[in-house]
Amino acid sequence: MGKDLLIRGGRVIDPAAKVDEELDVLILEGKIARLDKGITPQEGIEVLDSRGKIVMPGFIDMHVHLREPGFEDKEDIESGTRAAAMGGFTAVACMPNTDPVCDNDSVVARIIKRAREVGLVRVYPIGAVTKGRQGKELSEMGEMRLAGAVGFSDDGAPVASAEVLRCALEYLKRFDAVLIDHPEDKSLSDGGQMNLGLNSTIAGLRGIPREAEEVAVARDILVAKLTGGKLHLAHISTEGSVELVRYARARGIRVTCEVTPHHLTLTDDLVIESGYDTNTKVNPPLRSRKDVEALKQALAEGVIDAIATDHAPHHIDDKWVEYDYAESGISGLETAVSLMIDRLVAPGLISWSRLAELMSLNPARILGVPGGTLVPGSPGDVTIIDPDFEYSVDLRKFESKGKNSPFAGWRLTGAPWATVVEGRVVMKDRSLLS
Amino acid sequence: MALKGKDILSLREMNPEDIELILSTARSLKEILSRPIKKVPTLRGKVVCTLFYEPSTRTRTSFELAAKYMSADTVSIATATSSVKKGETLADTARNLEVMGIDVVVMRHSVSGACHFLAKVLDVPVINAGDGMHEHPTQGLLDIFTILEYKSKIRGLKVAILGDVLHSRVARSDIFGLTKMGAEVSVAGPNTLLPPEIEALGVKAYNRVEDAVEGADVIYVLRLQLERQTKSLFPSKREYHDFFGLDRKRLRYAKEDAIVMHPGPMNRGVEISTDVADSPRSVILDQVVSGVAVRMAALYLILGGRE
Repeated sequence: MGKDLLIRGGRVIDPAAKVDEELDVLILEGKIARLDKGITPQEGIEVLDSRGKIVMPGFIDMHVHLREPGFEDKEDIESGTRAAAMGGFTAVACMPNTDPVCDNDSVVARIIKRAREVGLVRVYPIGAVTKGRQGKELSEMGEMRLAGAVGFSDDGAPVASAEVLRCALEYLKRFDAVLIDHPEDKSLSDGGQMNLGLNSTIAGLRGIPREAEEVAVARDILVAKLTGGKLHLAHISTEGSVELVRYARARGIRVTCEVTPHHLTLTDDLVIESGYDTNTKVNPPLRSRKDVEALKQALAEGVIDAIATDHAPHHIDDKWVEYDYAESGISGLETAVSLMIDRLVAPGLISWSRLAELMSLNPARILGVPGGTLVPGSPGDVTIIDPDFEYSVDLRKFESKGKNSPFAGWRLTGAPWATVVEGRVVMKDRSLLS
Repeated sequence: MALKGKDILSLREMNPEDIELILSTARSLKEILSRPIKKVPTLRGKVVCTLFYEPSTRTRTSFELAAKYMSADTVSIATATSSVKKGETLADTARNLEVMGIDVVVMRHSVSGACHFLAKVLDVPVINAGDGMHEHPTQGLLDIFTILEYKSKIRGLKVAILGDVLHSRVARSDIFGLTKMGAEVSVAGPNTLLPPEIEALGVKAYNRVEDAVEGADVIYVLRLQLERQTKSLFPSKREYHDFFGLDRKRLRYAKEDAIVMHPGPMNRGVEISTDVADSPRSVILDQVVSGVAVRMAALYLILGGRE
């Protein structure tokens, strides 16, 4: 049920409407009703004093792992959506590598039902492209679409067969849903623990070449060209992948892509510097300085469409082991927005408006979900940022069950201050309200 | 005198002063090995635990004898017969050993970085006895010790390291240790067995063994790690020997007084021919003697280093 709310006095930034000024935002019955100066609140309406804050359309994390059903020791829908609300996200899209795999409408329905019960942020299930994520037979994507799946992916694994990818992209045209591929050529990455290069040579860890990703990105782009289907590349991490996406754009091939906060802020030097901290183990692996610079450049130039966390929470038992035995992944929901403000917006690499495009408008458009803008009639989903809030990342304070973050102790300036979903304030002043 | 760090994890992270300190201590302790009664009371009451997650003959025996010659007690855990078989994690195994009162853990493990992990788990010091493809610092030290015995200096020496550099923790420790002390190091082997960007470590890399051996003072032959070959990195042992093995013909490219080293165990007829391995140029058994002396020094210094 939508609520009424007046967000007063903040700097409103809405790239879709080209708005950047101090305005009040009135939400009625869960929808944006009006943006104006000096709106007088009706009797009894909740007022959120947002002076000194930045008010943006609700952030959407289009790539998270909520782990439910099946891996509730790592995360569940309640803890994951609490983490999302704390992290300033009004919606998340969750990947299907659960147990059972989200490859049929009953699992999709179960996730949606559970998310409604918890009632914090919106949860959009992503269904598996193939049955059991085995890469062989197409799953019942049509039925999952009807049940509420917003896109399809075998994430955690690529759609290994180009023919299966081709068929899936063709088939999905009837259902107007995006296919999100995890680009990785497993024959090149097999057994790899970190980026291949000088640091893997020093560490004595098996390396994953950049080309393991780029070979798959190139293939995906060509299959997208062949089919004209709606393809999105998950977590690209190399300079070469960026070049391939530029190639696709220059030829009008329809493809979108995302990058994670950790690939924009960390390099494989950290594996050595941290003494093999398994929180640096992630797939795709942390890359070199050159790759990070290329990703940032592409982000600023508009080649990259979205920032998504690839939030991959793990239990301490999955990480407090030898490097080769540790699971891959970073718990990213609660640090993403601060990292992007501190490392991208504050140094002037991207504007606030571009941040809203990358974390709200474009994810909404790629997934075809409501939101991404504050124009009247849109959902009353709002992310409010305190640009001056300074703090140290404290993993013990994470709402996520996954405390696996390489950002522990980082000093950051700028943080989500409030999260509003359908006019309901779910997080305010850096505290959850339920 | 004591070492800077709590642990001995890698030669990359060890400063040259600590390397020198271990080597000079080993020099004075080596004399004990030639005594009729090989026992000094230096480490009486200390407990050295060897924790080996991989098979080993030389390294393990070497550490245990080094401990015993200095009157330390030793306990050795072989994972094949321990609770590791029941699925116990490394952290749990190590914490249990620690509370029983051990003073230092000497660990070998198949995973690179496992000793760094163990050092975070434990308060007691950790000595890396070989971790995956990363480092084997006491091997590096004993190799430098052995070279010094024959050449009496490291600076300016030409050292050729041959073979499976990719999988070799010995190669990494030798490269870091020798370059720190001023040697000119080259590596040679099939490109599939040379790790990427190896030259950034300050060595020259060749595909032709002869190019590396040319004018060398020391030829270090690495063991071909057949157990770590997960894919097709070379066609056959026979072809490997033909192109990359050290035999008499290739040895002629080196200086007349060049010495030949190998960390053991050898694959005779693969990376090294038997006639070279058993020739007067070979100092392979001297390396083993140096190993005991260097490990005595390492244990002595890490357990407090009081004279």
